Amino acid sequence: MGLLMCPPAHYGIEYEINPWMSTRRQSDPQRARSQWSDLRHILQHRLSLQVEFIDAVAEQPDMVFTANAGLVWRHKFIASNFRHEVRRGEVPHFIEWFRRRAFEIVRLPDELFFEGEGDLLACGDVWFAGYHIRSDVLAHQRVAEIINAEVLSLELTNRWFYHLDTCFCPLDAERALYYPPAFDRYGQEVLQSRIAELIPVCAAEAQRFACNAIVADNAIVLNEGCPEVRQRLQQLGFTVHETPLDEFIKAGGSAKCMVLTIT
Amino acid sequence: MPRSVVHISGHIIDSLILPKILDIIISLGAEFQILDIHIGQRRADRSSARVQIDAPTEESLQQILAKVKEHGALPLDTEDEVVRFEAAPTDGIFPGDFYATTNLPTLIRLDNQWVEVEHPEMDCGIRVLPQSRRAETVPMHRVKKGDFIVIGHGGVKIVPMERHVPREPFEFMSSSISTEQPKGLMIREIADSMIRVRAAQGRILVVAGPGLVHTGAARHLIELIENDFVQVLFAGNGLAVHDIESALYGTSLGVYLDKNIRASEGHEHHLRAINAIRKVGGIRQAVKQGLLQRGIFYSCVKKGVDFVLAGSIRDDGPLPDVITDTLQAQEAMREKVRNVSFALMMATTLHAIATGNLLPATVKTVCVDINPAVVTKLCDRGTFQAVGLVTDVEPFLRELSQYLRQGDNPADARQ
Repeated sequence: MGLLMCPPAHYGIEYEINPWMSTRRQSDPQRARSQWSDLRHILQHRLSLQVEFIDAVAEQPDMVFTANAGLVWRHKFIASNFRHEVRRGEVPHFIEWFRRRAFEIVRLPDELFFEGEGDLLACGDVWFAGYHIRSDVLAHQRVAEIINAEVLSLELTNRWFYHLDTCFCPLDAERALYYPPAFDRYGQEVLQSRIAELIPVCAAEAQRFACNAIVADNAIVLNEGCPEVRQRLQQLGFTVHETPLDEFIKAGGSAKCMVLTIT
Repeated sequence: MPRSVVHISGHIIDSLILPKILDIIISLGAEFQILDIHIGQRRADRSSARVQIDAPTEESLQQILAKVKEHGALPLDTEDEVVRFEAAPTDGIFPGDFYATTNLPTLIRLDNQWVEVEHPEMDCGIRVLPQSRRAETVPMHRVKKGDFIVIGHGGVKIVPMERHVPREPFEFMSSSISTEQPKGLMIREIADSMIRVRAAQGRILVVAGPGLVHTGAARHLIELIENDFVQVLFAGNGLAVHDIESALYGTSLGVYLDKNIRASEGHEHHLRAINAIRKVGGIRQAVKQGLLQRGIFYSCVKKGVDFVLAGSIRDDGPLPDVITDTLQAQEAMREKVRNVSFALMMATTLHAIATGNLLPATVKTVCVDINPAVVTKLCDRGTFQAVGLVTDVEPFLRELSQYLRQGDNPADARQ
C-alpha cells in the first residue's frame, strides 16, 4: 500500500470552512510539524508502508489533508472539485504531481462537488460515499461509472462530521467503525444491511476523530485519547498505534485525512 | 395541480436514495407516481427511475424540486426531451394522441430551444410551424389536413400562474368568489386596475348581458366607454336590442326606465327597434343616418370600440350585426381577445363562459353577477384566474364609474 502525504509547511487555520476551525484558535506550527513527523514515522518505519510526498504550497494550508485531493483508481487520478473556493487552489498542484507520474487525469464536471477519498471509502467490493455537506451525490454516480463499482451514497447530516472519513472507517471487508449520529436513518440502515459487523463509536471518541484512522492490514493508526475504540480494536486482533494529532483536529482533520491511497 | 417529472439514476435502490426521495415528496405534502423504473441486474449496474410529482401549489413544487435535487433527482426538463408532432389526418381532426392545451402560457421544445406557443387558449391543439420555428394554438374545427400537431406531453412545458399575486392588482381578493367581502374595496381595486391598463394603453374587454339595460346601469357603461375604459365589447343580441329599444323608445322590455311604468304596447318596442335597425342595415348605419343617437352601441360606434354580437337560439330578429353562426362568432371573438389585458364580465352566463374559454390565463378577469353560480361555473370550466363579485350590476357599475372618475380627477380622489 502506498500513501501520499504533504508536509505541514504552510499549515494553519487561515479560514473557517467547518465547525472545528476558528482563526482565533491557531495551530502551533512547531507542534504540528512534530505530530505530522511522528505520524509519518509510524507509517514508514513501524508499518513499513511506502510513503510519497508532495511539496506544500504557500497559501494552501489544508494541502496537508491529501485524502481530499481526489481518488486514485488503478492508474487514474480523479481530481477533486472542492466545494469551498479556498481549497480549489490545491487541485492544480495535485494534478501536476499525478501527471508527472503518468497517471491518467480525470476531471468531473465543474458543477459537481467532489472531495476525493475524504468522502469515498471502499469496504470490500462496495464503496460508500458521503454527500450533502461537501460532495454531491451526482459526483459519486459519475465516479461509480468511472471505477465501474457499486457506490452507495450516504447523506451526512452532522456538520461536525463533514466528510465520510470523519465518521466511518472500514476495517476490512466485513467490519467498520462508524459514528451513528453523523448519518440519517437511511444511511444507518444501509450501513447495517451491508456491513456484517458495524462498531459504533461513542460521541467523545468520535470527536477525538476515532473514525479518522489509517488501516493497513491489521494495523491501525489513530489520534490518541480513544480508549474504548482502542480496546475494541485490540479485542478484534488489530495492532493499534496511537499518536497525538490534536494540532490537526483544530482544522477538522486527523490521521486518515493526511494520507491519500495511491497504490 | 402543479406537476413535474424527475429522473433519478445510480445506485439508488441499495443506497435507499429512491425511498428517501419518495419520503421527502410525501413529507412536503405532495404526491408521487413512479412512471417507470429500471433496476440494474448486477451490483455495479445502475438503476434509474422517473418519478412524477404533483404538488398542491407551484411554490411547494419548487421547494420539493430543490430538495430532491440535493439527493440527485433532476427535473426532466433539463434533459433534452424534444416535442413530438404528427400530421393531422384530415380537416377538423387532430391526430390520436394530440396534446390538449390549457389557458396557461405554454412552451414546446423544438430541437434544443424552447418556443412559446402563441395565443394560449384552453381545449385546443398546438400547431407547429417547423420552418418558421413557431407554434400556435388551434381549435379543433380549424385544423387542416397535414398540419403538424403536437402529440403526447413530452417536450411541452406550461408556465404556471402565481396563485398569490403580490400586492397588486387583486391583492384583496384572496378568495375567488365573494358574497361577503366588503365590495367597496374590491371595486376600488378593479377601478385601479382599469386605470393602470388604460395608462399602459392596454385593451379592456367588457362582456355584458341585457340585465345591464333593464337595471338602468347602461349609463354607467356609456360613461366607461366615453372615458376610454372599454376597447372591446362582447354581447348577444339581447344587450344591443334593449339598448337600442331604450335609445329609441326610452323603455327596456316595454318599461320606462326613468318612471318604472309599463308603456302601452311596450312589449312590442324591442321588436320595432330590431325592425328599424334591420331596415337601415345595421347599428353602424343607424348611427351614421342619425337614427341611433344615444346608448351603449351609439357610444361604441362613436368611440370606435370593437364589438362582437354573438347570437343564440332564442334571439328575436336578430339585429343584422349579430353573428348567428356559432363558429364564426367564436372566431370573431377569438380575433378580438388578442392583446386584451383585462376582462370585465357582467350579468351574463353564456357569453362570460364563452369568453373565458378563449382568454389566456394571464388576462385578469372579473365576473360580476347577482348569481354566484355564474362565477363558480366560469372557474369550474377552467377560467381559474377569474375573481367574482356577487352583486347587482347597477350598484356595481355606479360605484366603479365613481372610482374611475375620482382616478381621473385626483383633486377629489380617495381620502
